[in-house]
Amino acid sequence: MTPPTLLTGWGRTAPTAAHVVRPRSARQVADALAGAGPRGVLARGLGRSYGDAAQAAGGLVLDCTELTGPPRLDPDRGEVTAPAGTSMGRLIAHLLRAGHFVPVTPGTRHVTLGGAIAADVHGKNHHADSSLGAHVRALTLVTPDGRTRRLTPDGPDADLFWATVGGMGLTGVITEATIAAHPVETAYARVDTDRTRGLDATLDLMARTDDDYRYTVCWLDLLARGAATGRGVLTRAHHARIADLPRPLRRAPLHHRPTAPVGAPPWAPPRLLNRWTVGAFNAAYHAAAPERRRGQIQPLSSFFHPLDAVRGWNRVYGPHGLVQYQFVVPFGAEDTLTDIVTGLSRAGAPSFLAVLKRMGEPTPGPLSFPRPGWTLALDLPADLPGLGRLLNGFDERLLTVGGRLYLAKDSRARAETVHAMYPDLPAWRRVRERVDPDGVLVSDLAHRLRLV
Amino acid sequence: MRDAVGTVRTVLLLGGRSEIGLAIVERLVRDGAREVVLAARDGVPAPPSVLTALGATVHSVDFDATLPDTHVKVVDHAVELVGDLDVVVDAFGVLGDQAEFEADPASAARAAAVTYTGHVSVDLAVAARLRAQGHGTLVVLSSVAGVRVRRFNLVYGSAKAGLDGFAQGLADSLHGTGARVLVVRPGYVPTRMSAHVDPAPFPTTPERVAEVVTAGLRSGATTVWAPRVLGPVFAGMRMLPRAVWRRLGR
Repeated sequence: MTPPTLLTGWGRTAPTAAHVVRPRSARQVADALAGAGPRGVLARGLGRSYGDAAQAAGGLVLDCTELTGPPRLDPDRGEVTAPAGTSMGRLIAHLLRAGHFVPVTPGTRHVTLGGAIAADVHGKNHHADSSLGAHVRALTLVTPDGRTRRLTPDGPDADLFWATVGGMGLTGVITEATIAAHPVETAYARVDTDRTRGLDATLDLMARTDDDYRYTVCWLDLLARGAATGRGVLTRAHHARIADLPRPLRRAPLHHRPTAPVGAPPWAPPRLLNRWTVGAFNAAYHAAAPERRRGQIQPLSSFFHPLDAVRGWNRVYGPHGLVQYQFVVPFGAEDTLTDIVTGLSRAGAPSFLAVLKRMGEPTPGPLSFPRPGWTLALDLPADLPGLGRLLNGFDERLLTVGGRLYLAKDSRARAETVHAMYPDLPAWRRVRERVDPDGVLVSDLAHRLRLV
Repeated sequence: MRDAVGTVRTVLLLGGRSEIGLAIVERLVRDGAREVVLAARDGVPAPPSVLTALGATVHSVDFDATLPDTHVKVVDHAVELVGDLDVVVDAFGVLGDQAEFEADPASAARAAAVTYTGHVSVDLAVAARLRAQGHGTLVVLSSVAGVRVRRFNLVYGSAKAGLDGFAQGLADSLHGTGARVLVVRPGYVPTRMSAHVDPAPFPTTPERVAEVVTAGLRSGATTVWAPRVLGPVFAGMRMLPRAVWRRLGR
């Protein structure tokens, strides 16, 4: 057997070692599951979950990025079928050539289809279109009992389908999936941008105008003090039609070529990102945004995946890595949102990627994160003094209003807290135990949060 | 398993009555550890009530440093009780009295066995476990006494020198396995163990040592000194000519 490999999530915290194999077919996945040792097995994709969701300390990790092959688009049914290791970037490129687009894309195209379903990812259109799970027509799941199942959202094993959507890879290994594909005229977005002066103005503008747009998201400046706390840059967009494009772009409206990424430096000193450097960045970014701009034509790749332009941006947080914190609170709990934003500002917590978004309809997945309400995502240096205590305090606030944390982002929550946030966990466990009675599927996240 | 902000769930303390060891455990429990195993000769029937008051479940295991044949079983037993070992604090040892050692050389060898060879067997057993689980940190309580051995406590100092070298080698052998070793070099700490010796410069307390250790655990350090100033101090001490070193007072 090969020597173990140290694995971390995108946050680069808490590395653990596991044996890694790269299956190339569903057959090899089934063989690997059958040969798992006493410390269990887990599928891993492109490693973009921030915490310990794609690690299995001392166990076997199936790197599924070689489960690839050409996606198969069925334009009549409006759906595409692809192996689970296909990256979102590859899928988007394939679909755009045929004038289609994915129903949901997260903030990076460097995720696998299987991983995206296992985390039930959402995008800037959650308020309008829900999360990826709502658009999965079928998926192929290999389970530790040796069976390969084709699952659908309303078929005979619908409970297993929904336990897998958002199930963090703990119900089996997804080897293929069929998702909806929507026709688009161009590879561009038509973007409206507005700058807001404070959190109240931000919330108000979003609440009033979200429903007029397919895609919306707001970047927040959490370091601004006083009345400016929570000022932001709100971008809202639709898919551009051919008629929206300036004349030169109309010749090749589906031309899609994501800009080649610039690499972040291989190493950054600890504490490079602190309240002063990030504060200055935030102020400059806010000031540079237009007060109000309408109808800007932007390539879809730079609208959806701006961070993909910098390869390895997570290294900028230094050797101790970063903690990503994402929660959702129901509509009506804006006070809690405001308190957390004020708390972060007061603590001088240097977050330069704080993103606020409104969420709509959830999926039935018991562990699926999205709920109707406001979701805020932000990252912080993991070595920020007092970070654990600060975030534990926010968790307590979230519990009182029925808020919850996103498992794909978590790297530090307490088990009891997460259990209270996901009341359907016992139901999910019962489904899982049916297909994995011996508890072969594990992850560091599942251990830490006692999910299994 | 350690989380992103350094919180752990389980702690095994080898030397379950060690004041420094218990201070480290208490600190880890304050930061969120929930399962504690105290390993000492005949177990620790009356563990400090503060640990349970802080919300931890405390287990006790019989552990005799002088019986290396039992050490693998001790580690297995701890794993049966709490599962994966997130942090193992290796804190046992005897300081002894140099004059008594000189009068009874056999007792010196027995003390050296507790302070050195007992660690070799139990730490290798711990290392095997951490390697298999793919994560975990072994905290080894070395001492500045082992950095350069003084004639006034040469039995204790040489045993700590051996332990320190062993722990560093073990750290290198575990590199890349997910398991880590943190070597701790405290200076003079007034405790029951050191009550009979005269205080040395830069004294510290078990609580301060615990603070340095938990900071080292969070930052992923390989060596920490308590107090921190002893790092540069001993860098200088090591350079002193032998004739000067020999003459330094107690």
